[in-house]
Amino acid sequence: MKERLDRQTIALRVAREFEDGAVVNLGGGIPALAANFVPEGRNVTFHAENGVLGFGGVPTEDEQKPYYLGANGIPFSPLPGMSFFNHADSFAMIRGGHIDASVLGALQVSEKGDLANWTFPERGIGNIGGAMDLAGGCGRIIVAMEHTTPKGQLKILKKCSYPLTAAHCVKLIVTDIAVIHVTPEGLVLSETAPGWTVEEVQARTEPKMLVSPDLKEIEL
Amino acid sequence: MKNKVFASFREAVADIPDESTVMIGGFGHAADKPQNLIRALRDRGAKGLTMIVNGAGGSGSLGIGSLGGKPFVDEEILVANRQIKKAICSVPASLVTSKPSAFEKQYLAGQVELEYVPQGTLAERIRAGGAGVGAFYTPTGAGTLIENGKEKRVIDGREMLLEFALRADYALIKAWCADTMGNLVYRGIMRSFNAIMATAAKITIVEVERIVAPGEMDPETVVTPGIFVDRIVENPREATP
Repeated sequence: MKERLDRQTIALRVAREFEDGAVVNLGGGIPALAANFVPEGRNVTFHAENGVLGFGGVPTEDEQKPYYLGANGIPFSPLPGMSFFNHADSFAMIRGGHIDASVLGALQVSEKGDLANWTFPERGIGNIGGAMDLAGGCGRIIVAMEHTTPKGQLKILKKCSYPLTAAHCVKLIVTDIAVIHVTPEGLVLSETAPGWTVEEVQARTEPKMLVSPDLKEIEL
Repeated sequence: MKNKVFASFREAVADIPDESTVMIGGFGHAADKPQNLIRALRDRGAKGLTMIVNGAGGSGSLGIGSLGGKPFVDEEILVANRQIKKAICSVPASLVTSKPSAFEKQYLAGQVELEYVPQGTLAERIRAGGAGVGAFYTPTGAGTLIENGKEKRVIDGREMLLEFALRADYALIKAWCADTMGNLVYRGIMRSFNAIMATAAKITIVEVERIVAPGEMDPETVVTPGIFVDRIVENPREATP
């Protein structure tokens, strides 16, 4: 078995996408881990949809407060400049285009950048939560996920078979074996995990990918 | 002025009838849920309720959204008590797929109705309801199952859906502090759906950790003006540290 990147390392690679001065919303799971890996020297402001902007990392247990919890339920620390607001204002920030980037998990992504991440048919019910607003409203949508399901089913497809969260929204896919850009010409493979060849990544990706002339190994 | 301060949670919800539409505030964390009002509504036993909420409950029993994973009360106790006919919400299912919530089980058994609403659309529909706006167009949900049956228009080059305002008979909300006139101050993430639902119901009932006299609250800090609040109940026992 070839080695795949673990969840922390996927998050580390995602965090390199955060530009200095950006406001970013992180979904649950792998995306949330990216908060721990903001590159040195870059100032990134985090937004949580339950009504907080500019919060910090997890405090020690005796400094945690029940009213300082992010959307994922994880405690945060207050930072200078932090602000609180209601849900209508929070989604005005999201839908109104005031958030520069959002990192989301995915069940499926299509070659056109369609995202499916709120349910699968066998469940019969699902949680839309804020995902449709985030996917449709934030500046740059980055998907962070495992490249295939635990059973080896493909997740990067020509067309999503699960109900969509939003169409044509994903710009970048970071997985445990590759970094792929979604472009008008199609998917462009730009980085591979150490030890993985283009052919091996392609074999786990349904649409035919273009290969970037600058193809490189993911730097760890 | 009409007295807004009620002595108990039981009295504050004592007139909520069967078949009412009830908004329940909070995002889904222990600190933003009106836990004692929810419990009082469960004890009151009103049936056939339509609830407008972010989530249909279940995080509380799993301890997701509290310090140290401590379980807390949420909408699930109303669902389990068979008081809910329909939920209008963005998170109807359990956050843990392997541990289905009461609502999820009843929905899959065809016993309750569900209207899916994306979270930002839910917030805006409530805000519109409170502000006397009838409906609005939003891009969220275009090209997904959410658009089914909705009027669509292209505005500024984007497909948008017509979404109607939401109002309720009662809103049960949580705040940190009230003065006796109903002015409210929150702490941290408590505003969430609480501060907007306060505006969108015929009767808004608020659970707070302390009540002060008018003049003791700095008017510059008021988030919800008292005009939106009808009933206040204090629960100092669960005061936030």
